[in-house]
Amino acid sequence: MRYSIFSLAANALTGHKHWTPAWRDAAPKPAYDAIVVGGGGHGLATAYYLAKEHGLTNIAVLEKGWIGSGNAGRNTTIIRSNYMLDGNIPFYEWSMKLWEGLEQDFNYNAMVSQRGVLNLCHTDAQRDAMARRGNAMRLHGVDAELLDRAAVEKMCPFLNFDHARFPIQGGLLQARGGTARHDAVVWGYARGASDRGVDIVQNCEVTGFLRDASGAVVGVQTSRGEIRAKKVGLAVAGSTSRLGDMAGLRLPIESHILQAFVTEALKPLIPGVITFGAGHFYISQSDKGGLVFGGDLDGYNSYAQRGNLPAVEEICESGMALMPMIGRVRLLRHWGGIMDMSQDGSPIIDKTPIPGLYLNAGWCYGGFKATPASGWCFAHLMARDEPHHTATAYRLDRFATGHLIDEKGQGAQPNLH
Amino acid sequence: MRIPCPFCGERDLHEFAMRGEAGPPRPDPAAEDAEARFYDYLYLRDNPAGPNREHWYHASGCRRWLVVDRDTRTHAILGVAMAAIEPNNGGEA
Repeated sequence: MRYSIFSLAANALTGHKHWTPAWRDAAPKPAYDAIVVGGGGHGLATAYYLAKEHGLTNIAVLEKGWIGSGNAGRNTTIIRSNYMLDGNIPFYEWSMKLWEGLEQDFNYNAMVSQRGVLNLCHTDAQRDAMARRGNAMRLHGVDAELLDRAAVEKMCPFLNFDHARFPIQGGLLQARGGTARHDAVVWGYARGASDRGVDIVQNCEVTGFLRDASGAVVGVQTSRGEIRAKKVGLAVAGSTSRLGDMAGLRLPIESHILQAFVTEALKPLIPGVITFGAGHFYISQSDKGGLVFGGDLDGYNSYAQRGNLPAVEEICESGMALMPMIGRVRLLRHWGGIMDMSQDGSPIIDKTPIPGLYLNAGWCYGGFKATPASGWCFAHLMARDEPHHTATAYRLDRFATGHLIDEKGQGAQPNLH
Repeated sequence: MRIPCPFCGERDLHEFAMRGEAGPPRPDPAAEDAEARFYDYLYLRDNPAGPNREHWYHASGCRRWLVVDRDTRTHAILGVAMAAIEPNNGGEA
């Protein structure tokens, strides 16, 4: 069924009793042309674009839990393309362009809201760095606007402009940035893929790889039996090392815990996404009214999907330094997710040294905004065996050759990014 | 998470910073295959889901480096030793 104002009206008049499931919960077949492991945003987007752009429909997405139960459900829903390095800007801008047309493309309301992303600066040096970043963005055709203090004050009068240590001097605004509804992104891609014949298989954990005599991957062993395929793509951020280990790959990835928070619902208060420049803190307000915010990693390897109190304290302190008005707002819930931290803070979309096995990994903090382009470029790689032109820098061997993409300039250690 | 420091006793996570996996010592830069070894040493990780051997620094305490065995699935601390006096940790007593 195609969703429209007419389908909504017809169902409203009949008591909403006739909606059908948005996608098929399939049982695995013994063989496919290609398998995507991981039923999150990236895996489902990959399947969607494999089917839609490359005509590959005999494919399956295998998910160990339910779709969207990993990092697609953990993130803080921010979309933006305010990057600085040549290897990154075209890719993230392509993602931004796909976000802008996504809902019409897959006919699903993903609640994409371009309410603006504002990065604040607190020193002269930081303002210079932001001017440089904004110029790099504009040279690539991305929108960026350097705001002075008065302009920020007009937009966000509630900020702590005269903080003794971190006075706000201005900010870099990407007006096209914003937020999207993370679960709807997962469901929209699942629906679009399923409609084109893709099998979405849940509760199907990959436990090993099938290899032929030459060592090439020719399928996977799962908790629901063997499934053969000529090509297997991994989009399992958080568990990349575990699956890599099954294939005998040692990868430049560490799994770290990142916490996120949401408060009780408030009336409209925060206009867009705001980030603090003197600590790591980012905040936006959901359409339901809750303040959604987050900050740094806890700083140690973890697969536990829960964090510890020192990170909570630090993030809340950063929030209080930036906007003391939130001090009496009560936290509704907070949760932790497992980040696929690459050693330079940038992702990997590449073939592996093993024929038939493709890797999409290392998304660090930035996976959600990349979802459409990640799926687009991974589908391109799997279908054509060559990288999409916006993702040529995301090579697995860049750590060996020295072509690192250190966007933040903080060096090669995951818990610094 | 609380870590029992062998010198200071059990202390809160606040006082510590993690460096990373307590892997093999820094390779010899004069070795034939130094480039490959440094690539491995700097970038590649076991990243296990389960017991992991890690270097932690007791920054707000005794300022000693520790080797902590910790389960990454539960955050349970399985064992702690001083990095400097533990054999095979690349340190000196």
